[in-house]
Amino acid sequence: MKVEAKLDFQTSTAPKTGADLLIDLLINEGVDTLFGYPGGAVLPIYDAIYRARGNIKHVLFRHEQGSIHAAEGYARITGKPGVVIATSGPGATNLVTGITDAMMDSLPLVIFTGQVARGVIGTDAFQEADVMAITTPITKHNYQVQDISDLPRIVKEAFHIASTGRPGPVLIDIPKDISAGELSQIPEEGAIHLPGYQPTTKPNPLQIKKLTDAITKSRKPVILSGAGVLHGKASKELTAFAEKHKIPVVTTLLGLGTFPANNPLSLGMGGMHGTYTANMAIYESDLLINIGARFDDRLTGNLKHFAPNAKVAHIDIDPAEIGKNVPTNIPIVSDSKEALVELINQTAESPDTEGWLETLNKNKEEFPLWYKHDPNGMSPQWLIEAIHKVTNGNAVVTTDVGQHQMWAAQYYNFEKPHRWVTSGGLGTMGFGFPAAIGAQMASPGNTVVAIVGDAGFQMTLQELSVIYEQNLPVKIIIVNNGALGMVRQWQELLHGNRISESILHSQPDFVKLAESYHIRGLKIESQEELITKLPEVFAYDGPVLMDCRVLQQEKVFPMIAPGKGIHEMIGVKPS
Amino acid sequence: MKRIISLTVQDRSGVLNRVTGLLQRRQFNISSISVGPTETEGISKMTLVVEVEDDQRLEQVTKQLNKQIDVLKVSDITDKAIVARELALIKVAGSSQLRSEINGIIDPFRALIIDVSKDSLTIQITGRPDKIDALIDLLRPYGIKEIARTGLTAFLRGHQPQVNELTTYSQIK
Repeated sequence: MKVEAKLDFQTSTAPKTGADLLIDLLINEGVDTLFGYPGGAVLPIYDAIYRARGNIKHVLFRHEQGSIHAAEGYARITGKPGVVIATSGPGATNLVTGITDAMMDSLPLVIFTGQVARGVIGTDAFQEADVMAITTPITKHNYQVQDISDLPRIVKEAFHIASTGRPGPVLIDIPKDISAGELSQIPEEGAIHLPGYQPTTKPNPLQIKKLTDAITKSRKPVILSGAGVLHGKASKELTAFAEKHKIPVVTTLLGLGTFPANNPLSLGMGGMHGTYTANMAIYESDLLINIGARFDDRLTGNLKHFAPNAKVAHIDIDPAEIGKNVPTNIPIVSDSKEALVELINQTAESPDTEGWLETLNKNKEEFPLWYKHDPNGMSPQWLIEAIHKVTNGNAVVTTDVGQHQMWAAQYYNFEKPHRWVTSGGLGTMGFGFPAAIGAQMASPGNTVVAIVGDAGFQMTLQELSVIYEQNLPVKIIIVNNGALGMVRQWQELLHGNRISESILHSQPDFVKLAESYHIRGLKIESQEELITKLPEVFAYDGPVLMDCRVLQQEKVFPMIAPGKGIHEMIGVKPS
Repeated sequence: MKRIISLTVQDRSGVLNRVTGLLQRRQFNISSISVGPTETEGISKMTLVVEVEDDQRLEQVTKQLNKQIDVLKVSDITDKAIVARELALIKVAGSSQLRSEINGIIDPFRALIIDVSKDSLTIQITGRPDKIDALIDLLRPYGIKEIARTGLTAFLRGHQPQVNELTTYSQIK
């Protein structure tokens, strides 16, 4: 191939190896942070990182899983791809959970894995794994670099694919002899050539007209707002659209913050642990407008009873999501913002939703979220409310999966987008704390709170080293009920109270644990203690771990039991 | 229902794995698959015969295939005017004395005997799968020793009747 030296790289010296070229390409893409862990097959890349220090920052995690969850947190906050580096074999396989998590929640990541040299691929060489086959079903796309001259094109395409259309993780597997290979000439600057990838971002005007007409005719319209609104940066447009036609808004778990929780049109979160009002609104609606949500089973409940009387409109940038779970009358393949702007610009009569809103407001008053205050201990819900108060509802909140996640979703009333970092689709324990590290790095000025369970935290707590080293003021709140709370809840409610292996009988002393990592630790056992300590903790400019002992028996309500319809919530009122 | 889906794909390593892996993960049953190069360098054609329950599942499989970066085009050509062919090799027990009798059977199918040995004959047949099935049934009494089939390959005829205008890929239910 024709090779010309025409790249204007930011490093002063000319690239010497494939790895040097790679680092230059990353700097060219605007990458400021690498989340990684070195190893044999990426030694040449780490050598290049060493030589390029000052131009690109690398953060060393203590486990590959930590690095990729941090990259996810970074991507969720910035909307930019998080960049991960891991070595071959175990390094790559340790990323699998994070890659799948990012795939399920549509987070842009570009992941580089080392691979054994081309000559020994397929021989079961030391630390060899078939990373391409392993990651094909869990990435948006993946590449193995076979020729160094392909590297500029592959890197450019990877960033393009990861961050456009429906975002997702893209992996690049780099054999060691490619990264170590000396460059005789600088390859041509990469040009994107992807004839099979052209996402539709502009809505079809005919379908917009159809939806506008349907809105005018509707009496009980509801908007369902999902993470697609975050990816399209369309929160303002969503609010303008909802207010223009006085349409109430339900958000999904990942859509929290896309519509301000204090807006009178907000019905809160829908789904398994959503509000009664939100779920009944969907159940009774005659027009359901889904914007960027994927009708996940935790939202819909039993599909037979989902929005039985509604005409369904679905705006999604991924055509495969439309009609996948719920039959759709008005399909709109589009970027959320493009579609919302078109919808706002339509001149159309607004529907008369006054009676509808009145019914919903009555539901809001009669069936609010509830929990019991126990004089003998701290309710986890109260704990979340206290955190909301002390942070003025402005913090970036990250969580794992389970009870604490649902309480955070229910009681931390998000007013703004890009404040909520949670593992939605995959439901990954151990996600919240490393994700908080990435989120804090992405937004140094913001308060970042990792609300985690005592079980999930123990899956990735080794990253405490990172917040100390990087001096990141992440606040870790362990909602400690000494159990796998959600598992225990299901065992109690659905498995005849047979509490099987869901109680953690011994725990580390979390305070001493934090201290051993040079981090301030506090144990909180009562509401009074929390009230005294919380302001001080959040005023402190450094990381703090709070081990908050909450009531073990507390359950997440209301709830749609598995297999039940969206209208069959239990625990909607105190018993 | 069986559907014939024609895919135009980039000829890159792993593309077959991407397609079959996707179908497995989304629980679609592949009856046959055939792949080969096309008139354009770097572009391959795949013909899939898949078993799907209903139109919604069919729409889902075409959409999921379309999402693959290396897949350029997906069309369900089942209801179109198409030419579709499969090749089968059938080894039948029997000495060369049977040859004229078997020739009489295979002649209307325009099949050929392409190998003869002491105790077997090999027949080559090309056609639509139902025609191949029919010949196999007729040959069964002679004792079939081995069958190898290529799977279906197909594309659109040069002329498509106007009345039978069907969508290749719809996003609309």
